[in-house]
Amino acid sequence: MTVESKLLRLHVNGAPIDVAAPAHWTLLEVLRYRLLLTGSKQGCDKGDCGACTVLMDGRARLSCITLAADAVGHRVTTIEGLVTSAGLDKLQQTFDEAGALQCGFCQPGMIVAARACLDRKPEATRAEIKEALASNLCRCTGYTKIFEAVEQAVRAGKAAHIGGPAAMAPTASATGVAR
Amino acid sequence: MSAAKPAGDRTDSLEHVRSPNRTFGPQPPGERFEVIGKRMRKVDGAAKATGEALYTDDLALPGMLHGKTLRSPHAHARIKRIDTKKAEALDGVFGVVTGAEMPARFGVIPWTPDETALCIDKVRFIGDPVAAVAAVDEETAERAIQLIEVEYELLPALFDPAEALARKDVLIHEGNKHGNVTKEVKLEFGDLAAAFAKSDFIVEDDYFFHGTAHAPIETHVALARFGSDGVLTLWSATQIPHYVHRELAKVLDLPAPQIRVIQPCLGGAFGGKSDPFSLEFCAAKLAMKTRRPVKFLYTREEEFYAHRGRHPMAMHFKTGMTKDGKLTAVDSKILIDGGAYSSFGLVTTYYAGQLLTGPHHLPTYRFHSTRVFTNKPPCGPKRGHGSVQPRFALEVQIDRLAEKAGIDPIEVRRRNFQGAYTTTVNGQRVTSNGFDQCLNQVEVASGWKARRGKLGRGRGLGVAGSMYISGTNYCIYPNDMPQAGIQIKVDRSGLVTVFSGASDIGQGSNSVAAYIVAEELGMRVEDVRVVAADSDLCPVDLGAYSSRITFMVGNAAIHAARKLRTQVQAAVAAEWGIEAERVLLAGGFAFDRDDRSKAISSAKAFQITEARLETLGTTGSYNTPNLGGDYRGGTIGASPAYSYTACVAEVEVDEETGIVTVPHIWTAHDCGRALAPVLVEGQIEGSAYMGFGEVFLEDHDVNRFGLHARPNLLDYTIPTSMDCPEFHASIVESLDPEGPYGAKEAGEGPLHPTIPAIANAIHDACGIWLTKLPFTPAKVLAALQAQKAASGGARNGASGNGAAH
Repeated sequence: MTVESKLLRLHVNGAPIDVAAPAHWTLLEVLRYRLLLTGSKQGCDKGDCGACTVLMDGRARLSCITLAADAVGHRVTTIEGLVTSAGLDKLQQTFDEAGALQCGFCQPGMIVAARACLDRKPEATRAEIKEALASNLCRCTGYTKIFEAVEQAVRAGKAAHIGGPAAMAPTASATGVAR
Repeated sequence: MSAAKPAGDRTDSLEHVRSPNRTFGPQPPGERFEVIGKRMRKVDGAAKATGEALYTDDLALPGMLHGKTLRSPHAHARIKRIDTKKAEALDGVFGVVTGAEMPARFGVIPWTPDETALCIDKVRFIGDPVAAVAAVDEETAERAIQLIEVEYELLPALFDPAEALARKDVLIHEGNKHGNVTKEVKLEFGDLAAAFAKSDFIVEDDYFFHGTAHAPIETHVALARFGSDGVLTLWSATQIPHYVHRELAKVLDLPAPQIRVIQPCLGGAFGGKSDPFSLEFCAAKLAMKTRRPVKFLYTREEEFYAHRGRHPMAMHFKTGMTKDGKLTAVDSKILIDGGAYSSFGLVTTYYAGQLLTGPHHLPTYRFHSTRVFTNKPPCGPKRGHGSVQPRFALEVQIDRLAEKAGIDPIEVRRRNFQGAYTTTVNGQRVTSNGFDQCLNQVEVASGWKARRGKLGRGRGLGVAGSMYISGTNYCIYPNDMPQAGIQIKVDRSGLVTVFSGASDIGQGSNSVAAYIVAEELGMRVEDVRVVAADSDLCPVDLGAYSSRITFMVGNAAIHAARKLRTQVQAAVAAEWGIEAERVLLAGGFAFDRDDRSKAISSAKAFQITEARLETLGTTGSYNTPNLGGDYRGGTIGASPAYSYTACVAEVEVDEETGIVTVPHIWTAHDCGRALAPVLVEGQIEGSAYMGFGEVFLEDHDVNRFGLHARPNLLDYTIPTSMDCPEFHASIVESLDPEGPYGAKEAGEGPLHPTIPAIANAIHDACGIWLTKLPFTPAKVLAALQAQKAASGGARNGASGNGAAH
C-alpha cells in the first residue's frame, strides 16, 4: 500500500539533503530508514522514552513525534553529527569514560539531550542536568554515571574555556547553534 | 560426536588427551594485575556513544520485507477458523503464516513445552499471537493483518490466580495434568514444629508482590534470511541465542547446522529476552516461505504483551526468632501467578524457595510454592528471578522480629550471619561470603548509628540483606558438556581475537572477556577484539541469565588464555635460552624477569611462538562442579558461588499525601573480586534503581477484561532522572576460590534488598508496615489511618500498627 511520497529538503548533520518519503513519516523514520542514520533509536514511537532525541536548531527534539516535513527549514543534528573531523564530542567521550553506557540504546538520545543542555547552560548544575534529561529514559544505569558523565563534560568545558573559547566550536557548529 | 556414554565413564580412557576443565584461583597470572580491577572503558563504549553500534533494528538487507503479528483480542478463546485469503491478496503482501504451519511446541525449559510460534487451537491472553504477515513495508503488513479473519469461541477467562487454582471447569492448558497448576514444589528441611515451639517471637502475615515488566528501551526485534545455500540466519535481540538456535531447529524442522543465530548489540534485556519469542519463528518461517529477508520489530505495546516479567506472588510467611535474635524457622506458602504459559516457571517455582537460605542462617525451613496459569501475559525471569519477591517478605519479617526482640535491625542480621564456607539447610554449598562486610559498609555509609530513629517522625532508615547465585548447576537441558566456552585466535599482527558465545546485553561481558585475555597475555586491551554470540563462529554459551556469565565465561576465558600464555612463555624462553617462568607478559611486551632490558612486543612473542610451535589458537571451557542437595530439585539454585548484598534506604513519608520520597539508597555488594569496578558499580546502581521503580512506580497488570492496563512507557512509569534517589554503590571483595580471579556475580543480587530496605525504612519513619507492593500513596495513607484508628486501643503488634513512635 503505497502512500504518496513527498520530496523534502532537509538539512541534516551539516549538509542539505533531499529525501522522498511518505508524507506521514516521522523525522525518525526518515533518519533511520531513508538516510540510514541508525544512531537515533526507536524505543516507543510515541514520545515517551527519548531514545530518538535529535537536535533541531540546537534544541532537543523527539524525532519520533516530529513529522519529517516539520524539519524542513531547520538544522537537524543526530548523534552521528556530534562526531566531527576534530573527533568525538566531549560528551561522547565522557559518557564512555564515566561508564555511563551499559546497553547503550538510550545513549544517543541521552547524549544529544545533554548536548542541548550544555549548549544552553555550559555550567549546568546536577539539578539542571537531571531536569534536562528527564525526558530520556535509561533502564540500565539508574542515571548516576550519566550525571557524572555530563558533569565531567561541564568541568572539561570550564577548563577548555580557560584555554580558549575555540575548544567548544566544533560542537557548536555541528548543532547549528553557531552563527 | 560418538554415542553418549554414561557420565561416569567419560574421562577414563581420554585422560591423555583431555585438557583439564578447572578454575584458577584468585591470584593474577603475572606479578600483579595490570587490567583486572582497573577503571577501564568498555570495549564498545565509543561505538555506543557515537551511534555506530549496530542493534538488530539497525540492520537492513536487500529486498527485506517487514513483518507484523495479528494478536488475540480475547483473553481466552478457542480458534474456530482462520481465513487469510484477503490478506494474501493484498498488493505488497509476500507471505502469511498461521500456527498450523509451525505446530511443534517449544519452551525455554524442555520439560514444559507449551508454546507454539502462533496459536493453533486456542488463545490464552489478550495479545497472544495468532498469525503473521510479511509485506513490502510495515504499513502494508499492518493493513494485511487486519484483513485476516479469525472466528473465536469465547471461553471463561481467569485472571485471579486463587480462582485459577480452585477452578477445575476452566482449563487454560487442557493437556496439563494438574488443572491450572503449572508447577508445585514442597520442600521441608528440619523440624519446623519444634523450631517454632522454642521461638520466643513469631510473626506470621501475608505479603503481595505485584507484577513488573523489564521494559528494556529496545523492544524485541528479529531479522531472518534464508539463503540459497539453505542456511537460515537469524539476527535477534535475544539473551539466549543458543536456546533460540535449538528451538528454531525444532519448530522449523530444519537441521540445526543449517541455522545460524546472531545476537547483535542488544538494547537491554533484564531477563525479558531469555525465552524464544514468536517473532523469531515467524521471521524465519516467512523468510523461508518468501525467500526474502524478513524483519519483525515489536511495538512498545507488543513488548508489554510478550512480557515474561516478574511473577506476582501472594506470600504467606511465618518466621520465628529467639529473644537473643537468632532466627529459628521460616515457613512460607506462595501462590505464583504465572500468566498464560510456562516459560521459566518451573525454575521460578523452585527459586521462590531455594534462594532464601542465606545470608542468614536458617536452621529449619519449609516452603510450598505453587505456580498457576492465568489468562494474562506470561511471566518469566526478571532480574533476581523468583527470589526478589520472597526476599521482600522475609526481610520485613526479620525487622518485625528484631523490633519485638528489641534488637537493632543491622545487629540482628549480624547475629544470624551464616558465615563463609558452610552449607545451607537446603544443601547449598557456600564458599566466599562477605555479607558481614556489606553490612558494615552500609551501616557506616548511611550514618546508621547516629541517625536511625533520630530523624524525627516521617523520616527513617531501613536495612535488608540478600544473596544470589553466580550461575547455576542446573543446566536447562541435561548434558555433560561445558556450560561456557571461549576460543582464542592469534594474528601475526599481534591482534588476538576472542570468540565468546556469551550475550553482551549491556552488562559488559565482551569487555570482561577482553580484559581477562589481555590480563593473561600481558597485552593492551585495544589489541584484543571480541567476537560474540554468533553460532557459526563462537563456542556455545548457554546465555545471559542466572548471573552466570562473569563466573562461567570468565573462567573459560582464563582457561583458554592461560594455555596460550603457557605456550608463549615456553616459546620465548626457548628462543632466549632461559627458563619459562622467567618470561613475563605484561603491558604489551614479553620480557625477562631477571633482565628487564630484554623485551619484545606481544606481536613478536606471538610470531616466535607460531614459528616454534604451530598456528596459534586455544579453547577454554567451564563447567560447574557437582553441587546441590540430594533431593529432587536440589540442583536448582545450587551455584558455584553466591553473591551477597546489604542495603540501607532512607525515606521521607509525607503523611498528608502518602507520597514517599527516597533521598538515598546505599548498597554494598560482595561480588568477589571486582574484575571491572566501573561495570560492577553500574550493575549495583542499576539494580537499586530497578528495585526502587518496582516499589513505587511500576505495576504490570490487566483490567477486568484481561487487557493490559498500561502497555506504554507513559502509563507504565519507569523512573526518570527526576525520580531517582542518590544511589551509593560500594563493592566488597570476598575473593572466591573458584570464581575467575575470585569474581562472583553483580548483575542481579543488588536488586533484592532494595525493596525490603525501603519497606523497613517506611516503618522506621512512621511506624507502619507495608506488606503489599507497590507502595502507592493510597496504601500509605490507608496504613496511616489504620495506625491512627488503632492507636486509641491496645497495641497488639498486629500488622499495620505495631510501632512505638
